[in-house]
Amino acid sequence: MVSLNQLIAVCLLYVVGLFAVAFAAERAAVKGRGDWLLRSPLVYTLSLSIYCTGWTFYGAVGYAARSGLEYVTIYLGPSLVLIGWWWLLRRLVRIGRSHRVTSVADLISSRYGKSNLLAILVTVMAVIGVTPYIALQLQSVTLSLSIFAAPPNLAGGTADPINTAQAAFWVAVGLGLFTVLFGTRNLNVNERHHGVVIAIAVEAIVKLLALIAVGVFVVWGLAGGLTEAMAQIDRSDIGVWQVDGGRWAALTLLAAAALICLPRMFQVLVVENDDERHLQIASWAFPLYLMMMSLFVVPIAVVGLNLLPEGSNPDLFVLSLPLSQGQNNLAMLAFLGGFSSATSMVIVATLALSTMVSNHIVMPIWLAFGQGTVQQSGDVRHVVILSRRLSILFIIALGYSYYRASGGSGALAAIGTISFGGVAQFLPVLLGGVFWRGATRTGAVFGLCIGFALWIFTMLLPSFGPGAALSAQTFEHGLFGLSWLRPEALFGVSGLDPTVHAVVWSLSLNTLAFILGSLVSFPTPMERLQGAQFVNIFDHSSPARGWTASEAGTEDLMIMAQRILGPNEAQAFFRAQARLQEKAEGLPEPTPRFVQALERELAASVGAATAHAMVAQLVGGASVSVRDLLAVADESAQMLEYSSQLEIKSRELSDTAEKLRGANDKLTQLSHQKDSFLSQISHELRTPMTSIRSFSEILRDAQALSPEEKTRYASIIHSETIRLTRLLDDLLGLSVLENGAVTLNREHGSLRDVLDLAVTTGKAANTGAIQIIRDLHSEDVMLETDFDRLAQVFINLITNAQKYCVADVPELRINVVRHDDHVAIDFIDNGAGIDPASRALIFEKFSRVPGQGGEGAGLGLAICREIITRLQGDIVYLPDVAGTGFRVTLPIGPHSDTPDNIQIAASA
Amino acid sequence: MSNRPGSPLFLARRSYRFRRLMDAVRLLPVMALAFWLVPLLWPVPDTVADPKIMTSHALRYVFGVWLGMILLALFLWRRTARKIAQEYQS
Repeated sequence: MVSLNQLIAVCLLYVVGLFAVAFAAERAAVKGRGDWLLRSPLVYTLSLSIYCTGWTFYGAVGYAARSGLEYVTIYLGPSLVLIGWWWLLRRLVRIGRSHRVTSVADLISSRYGKSNLLAILVTVMAVIGVTPYIALQLQSVTLSLSIFAAPPNLAGGTADPINTAQAAFWVAVGLGLFTVLFGTRNLNVNERHHGVVIAIAVEAIVKLLALIAVGVFVVWGLAGGLTEAMAQIDRSDIGVWQVDGGRWAALTLLAAAALICLPRMFQVLVVENDDERHLQIASWAFPLYLMMMSLFVVPIAVVGLNLLPEGSNPDLFVLSLPLSQGQNNLAMLAFLGGFSSATSMVIVATLALSTMVSNHIVMPIWLAFGQGTVQQSGDVRHVVILSRRLSILFIIALGYSYYRASGGSGALAAIGTISFGGVAQFLPVLLGGVFWRGATRTGAVFGLCIGFALWIFTMLLPSFGPGAALSAQTFEHGLFGLSWLRPEALFGVSGLDPTVHAVVWSLSLNTLAFILGSLVSFPTPMERLQGAQFVNIFDHSSPARGWTASEAGTEDLMIMAQRILGPNEAQAFFRAQARLQEKAEGLPEPTPRFVQALERELAASVGAATAHAMVAQLVGGASVSVRDLLAVADESAQMLEYSSQLEIKSRELSDTAEKLRGANDKLTQLSHQKDSFLSQISHELRTPMTSIRSFSEILRDAQALSPEEKTRYASIIHSETIRLTRLLDDLLGLSVLENGAVTLNREHGSLRDVLDLAVTTGKAANTGAIQIIRDLHSEDVMLETDFDRLAQVFINLITNAQKYCVADVPELRINVVRHDDHVAIDFIDNGAGIDPASRALIFEKFSRVPGQGGEGAGLGLAICREIITRLQGDIVYLPDVAGTGFRVTLPIGPHSDTPDNIQIAASA
Repeated sequence: MSNRPGSPLFLARRSYRFRRLMDAVRLLPVMALAFWLVPLLWPVPDTVADPKIMTSHALRYVFGVWLGMILLALFLWRRTARKIAQEYQS
């Protein structure tokens, strides 16, 4: 027989051992050693085992003894969530990491626009919801102590039953102390509580080993082997499947929801997660752990029912069975297992809750009152830490009060279910926030309030029993005498199991209110931004949001950061940021990126909403920029925009390619033109030069030349020189015209005068007789233009006709047609016209129509076109007339453009 | 030589296999849920004469499914973990 004192001594030893492990882990973490263990998937999986609390350890057997296999739903739900890690947990962990979420309240508040209201709401609900759970742990430890004090099956029963209230009190004090010591040593939640996590991992192993040891003892030691145990099970009271289908489904759902929503589970699953890869390992390892924890529950329950006297508390079979068989060491191990289960749960739960209370309730209030201005100097950290410590003690005190109030009598499983029902109310808001961009803060507040109110009314208050929190009359006739408001038969739906009834009503109305509220309300820009980031967490994991204001003085930010992070940490952070901005020394510029990083750093210590509020105080004003809002813009719109941009880009590309190709063609053509131009010009220059040289040589060398011959040769040289000069003049004139360096000498005059001059000059050239037909009357058009240049064009056209018209009686008709703002002058002869193939080239330099005689260099029409273009007119070949026709179009209205001060050097 | 005729086919087959494995990862919880909802169909006897399911049978079923799911999850982890980690990094 183990005496109570021995037990307490072992217990204390165990706790001291845990302290040592936790302390060593903290030391190792500080020194950067032991990462392989601290950050291993094994420790992660084991830390998840705080799901298995005193309820699992003791309560599950009691549950099985009362209702058969139904207990297993509590483990099936979490197994499902873990096996389905890809769907939800992966997202939560990624969100938790990229937004540096500190708790489930932080996540929800962050998702719905960093709302403080929601954070407070969720925190209060979590505290109320978890309180029965903490009471449950106190109850399980106290019960297990009491059974050692008054063990079953022992003659005499000499030991005094212990004072349970006192025992629970001291257990609570001890737990509070441990949590305060190891849970609030460092402030930065994202640095994680290594000591606590390691201690929990050790406790996880202890409780698993203890339960399996008892199970093995029961099956092989008491029942006589597996087959016999199975037969015994079938013979027992719970030998036939009797689970109500509704409860089976509802409890599975509840347990699955609790795994995600319980603050302590969220803490170990999301906040303490070091590596996303651990999640997939936990997806099989944690179900394995749960399976092993529940493997021997039914055999223990059945053997306990058989062996122990009628009226023994089935919640304590795990202890009383070994005790009744005189297996003191096994009983001691079992006690330590139960103790581990209860303590690890209380530690993590209070830690998670205290973070929430201090971040979402104490800090905002502290900021709002007096000390609230964050520029003030002084260390804020002690306020945070103090508020956390007080919160821990407060939460444990609350659990103790619940334990006392409920009388410590209820079955463990029933208390646990109530707690699950409370935190499960976060589920719609959480899932909606992660998967539905349309979810809004208003909807979340509605859903949470309605779900929670229903939970209190249908689950929490009835748990105290009729006549305690709710009067017996309310149970009978409903609230305010309204029969549809009976806590166990809402809206007149009676006959349901109370748990199923409460779960179905609270969760469904919660979801309904949440969805309706979201549908009818409109989110703020911050909500939409956060919503987009949460829902599309894998698309843009890096935050796109930034503070727009740059007025925030870095000094102010520095002062604030020092107060929260501590001077050394803050300075290190600022230096690192300055280096990122490539500043060698001094403080970093308050760029949006920097302020963003700072806010996240602060969020890890005080929660997103508080950090946001603090930074907002300094930076001031809107933190959502237009660019951020663009990110919120509808996905499909983005896709559309993107694809249309792509289309435009590709069109631009093909256009550019087309232009490039054209330019290349033109360049090639120009290069050819240049080559042919050079060869032409050298040819044109060479011909007269050759004859000049030959004849000048004859004149020089020949002795016996008659004066006639001399005169003839000299005149040949002279005419060739003239031809050469004319060619050079034409080239020069053309180049001047082409370079735009021409000066026009504008005058006011009559078209008829110009034509008169041109016809006279053209005939004087005497290159061939041509009859020129004019309509003098139509030529009375007054023009404002350069008449010398115009005459040059006309003369060129007339002499061309004289030269190339092949008709027997050559004839040139000059028609003048006046339009509103321009006049068209046609020169049409009765010749053969120009071959269509050559028409495109006649205005080009050196182009001469093949098959025609003539000594011209082929520059005349090119010059004409340049001149007419300068005069803002146009010259074209008329393809549809009988013979060769050109049309010159000239504007009539007075105009002025190019400066008229440089005299042109060219002549016709 | 770099362009052996077989290698592109091999690569495509591997990424195809990975995708199917990821489908399995996604489907596994659905399957587990379906199996664990089967007990809803079991009869709950009111009288001794009614058909009944023995608890030992129910235990074997529930824990058998459990173990099966754990083994499948373990298998999928072995086959997909490396590739998933690579995708996280990219």
